[in-house]
Parts: sequence; structure tokens; C-alpha cells
Amino acid sequence: MDNLTTQLLAGNRRALARLLSQIENQVETAAEALAQLHPHTGRAWIIGVTGAPGTGKSSLVNALAQGFRQRGQTVAILAVDPTSPFSGGAILGDRIRMRDLSGDSGVFIRSMATRGSLGGLARATRDCVRLMDAAGFDVILVETVGAGQSEIDIVRTAYTTIVVEAPGLGDDVQAIKAGILEIADVLVVNKADRPGAQQTVRALRAMLELGHPVARQVSHHGQLMTVGEAPVSSALQVEDWSPIVVETVATEKKGIDALLEAIDAHRAHLQGEAFVKRQRQNIEVELLDRLQTALLERLNRSLSSEALRDMIDQVRQRQLSPQAAVGMLLSRL
Amino acid sequence: MSKRVPRVLIAKPGLDGHDRGAKVIARALRDAGMEVIYTGLRQTPEMIAEAALQEDVDVVGLSILSGAHMTLVPRVREALNASGLNDVPIMVGGIIPDEDRAPLSALGVAGVFGPGTSTEEIRDFIERLVAAKDANG
Repeated sequence: MDNLTTQLLAGNRRALARLLSQIENQVETAAEALAQLHPHTGRAWIIGVTGAPGTGKSSLVNALAQGFRQRGQTVAILAVDPTSPFSGGAILGDRIRMRDLSGDSGVFIRSMATRGSLGGLARATRDCVRLMDAAGFDVILVETVGAGQSEIDIVRTAYTTIVVEAPGLGDDVQAIKAGILEIADVLVVNKADRPGAQQTVRALRAMLELGHPVARQVSHHGQLMTVGEAPVSSALQVEDWSPIVVETVATEKKGIDALLEAIDAHRAHLQGEAFVKRQRQNIEVELLDRLQTALLERLNRSLSSEALRDMIDQVRQRQLSPQAAVGMLLSRL
Repeated sequence: MSKRVPRVLIAKPGLDGHDRGAKVIARALRDAGMEVIYTGLRQTPEMIAEAALQEDVDVVGLSILSGAHMTLVPRVREALNASGLNDVPIMVGGIIPDEDRAPLSALGVAGVFGPGTSTEEIRDFIERLVAAKDANG
């Protein structure tokens, strides 16, 4: 077995740090290391933390990690920030909010740039989580980039997804739009000491009720009838789970116990059949992703620029439709 | 195919609260296509070494404007070495009197950048460091 992988399994933090870089840099030997480590993964509970910029994700991760540490669990944190589309560089500043965790050998924090990936995570995030899992951490917290309405890759990486909201970011129609709120297992209203926090909590609860109706009896024209007994679950929430809304003030560590309990409840819910199902879905998405990437790379290699230029001219001269040109290019693969 | 991106830790040890210089450098290195881990103010040498290890950085940049560089830099070097990071170079930016340059070099500081240094100079310096590191495996 490769030296670094052996060291990683023995708990060497620098070996972990170096392998993380190798994966990010797509070094050839990284695939081999991952193959060796794969049997050692599957033990950690993976928690995603996502939400709009400025809602307090890093502070919440800081407070959550402290909470897990007080329970005696070890924590790895993967904090993703955006790469500049212009220079390819990035400023990774999530550690600023995680000072409380420094000096604790039960915590490992790694900052990561998206490197051009658009779904709120980097392409290498999944594999980096795997390394941390193999290194033996009990809990892995993955903080996404400041996410808007469509950065939902996290749900296919994490087991429990926390969506962080803050007061004053939108009305109740924002809350029922499609997107990020649909992926929440736990919804956090952070900065709950700010004005408007209660409205945000109410809007979120009302939104959840539309999607997960609570069975209740109402009197309608004197008739007692039951409404909304069948919960409607979206495609992403297959486990028939009603998201929990938690209020926190992360910088003051308020509401963190309630948040930990909500995570516990979701984890307890996601056991047995449901967990197998969730894992299968995640792996299916990952395999298809990887297949797509590999096929695209093969395509790029096999496609000669002359052949492409030839096709372009034929389409330009109206001798060939774009559809037919693609068909011909594909058939040469 | 490997896609190497230089990683740089920019930290402010000690107690002075002037982080504009550090931010200007962080921003310039970002624009030069590097990944900058920015850790903020008042970092202890131990915190810097911990971050350098976890983030697997190619170089540690210290911004010191308090005049305490002759005490802080050796302590950061010791903390890095204690974490097994003997091979991670330090560069220092800030108000550094000329007579302190030689002693800092003797402590193993790879580069000292005073006021008036162009950001291009610092970028080129890091690119050379990273190229040399990769050449040595």
C-alpha cells in the first residue's frame, strides 16, 4: 500500500492534507490511493451546510463542530469557497470564523476552492470527503459556497443537509420557489436575535406545511373531515421526513443543542432501508457524473479539430443540419 | 493530467490590527490564479502552523507591521518545524528595516517584502518557489 495512504489510516494529519491536495490537483496516483481507501470509508456521518452568502454558515459550522466535540466526537470540516472565473484564483476565508476550533487535535479544517464547478461544491469534494472518512473522523461537515437557488450538489454528498437562512432575505413566495429549500432536512434560521426572525420562521413553517401537510381534522359545513393525510414528498426527499426548523444565533452558540438534536433525529430516521436507499441514490448520481466526465474526455481526445472544422463548414453552407452533424460525429466515436 | 494550483497561507501573527496590506496581497495572488487561505488577525504561531499543515500550503506569508518580526518570525518557524513542516518556506511582508533582512534570511525566511514592493514581484517570487518545489518532487 502506498506510503501516504498507510500514514493516513494511522491518523497522520499531514498525509491527509497531502492526499487532499493530490485529489484536488488530479494527480494520477490519487485514484490509486482512493481505491485503496474505499474499503475504509462509510463510517462517518456526512452533514452538508448550505445557504445564501452571509447567512452565517461558517459560524454555524464552527458552533456545530464545538457541539460535536463536547460529545466526544471528532470532526472534519471541508469549507468550499468560489474560484474566480477570471483568474482561476480564490480567497478561502472560512477559517476566520472557525478560530474557536484551533488547537484541537480532534478537528481538521480544510478550505477548498470550487475550481470552476457550479453546483456549490468542487468536483473533488466527494473524494475529499472520502479521505476524511477513511481518516476516521466521526462527523464530516461540508460547507458549500454561498448558494442561491440551484446549487444543490450537496444533497448527493451529505446524509443530512442543513439549509441556513437568515431574517430579511425574502418573502413567503421566495420560500415556496423551487430550489435550495427543497433539499433541507433541517432548516436553520440563524441570526435569530435579529428583527424579522419570527416572520422568517413562520414563512418557512408555512412553506413546509404546503409540501408536507400535517393530517388534521377540520370542520367544513358542519362535517368533520380529515385533510392532508398523505404527505407529498419531493423527488429529493424520498424518506418521508418532515424537515425541522431550528432557530440559532451561531456567534453566541444559541440553539446549537436543538440543532444537534434535529441532526440526531434525522440520522435516527435515516436508518435501515431508508439509508440504503439514500446511499444507492448518491452512488448512482456519482457514477453517472463520472461516466459523463470520462465520456466527455474521451470525446475531446477523439475529436480532431479538422473533422470539427469540416463539420462547421458543412453546417455553415447548409449542406448539413447541426443535428445531423452531431449524429455523424457521434458515430465516429 | 495534473492541475496544480499554488496554495498560499496569508496570516497576521501578533497584535497589530492593520490588515490592509495582507488583504491587498491576498487579492493580488487571487488575481494571479493562486488559492489564498486567509486566516485573519491575531494568529498565534501555533494557529499558523496548524492551518499551514491542514491546508497543505506551498508557502506561508506573514504580514507584520508592529515591528515584532524578530520575535514573531522565529516562533512561527519553530511552530512549523514542530509540525513537521520544515520544508514549507516563510515570506514576510510589512515594515522591515534593512538591517533585519540578513538575520531573517538566516532564520530561513525565503523572501522579505517591504513597502513599495509590487504585487507582481511577490507573485513571481511565489511562482518560482512553487516551480522549485515541484522540480524537487
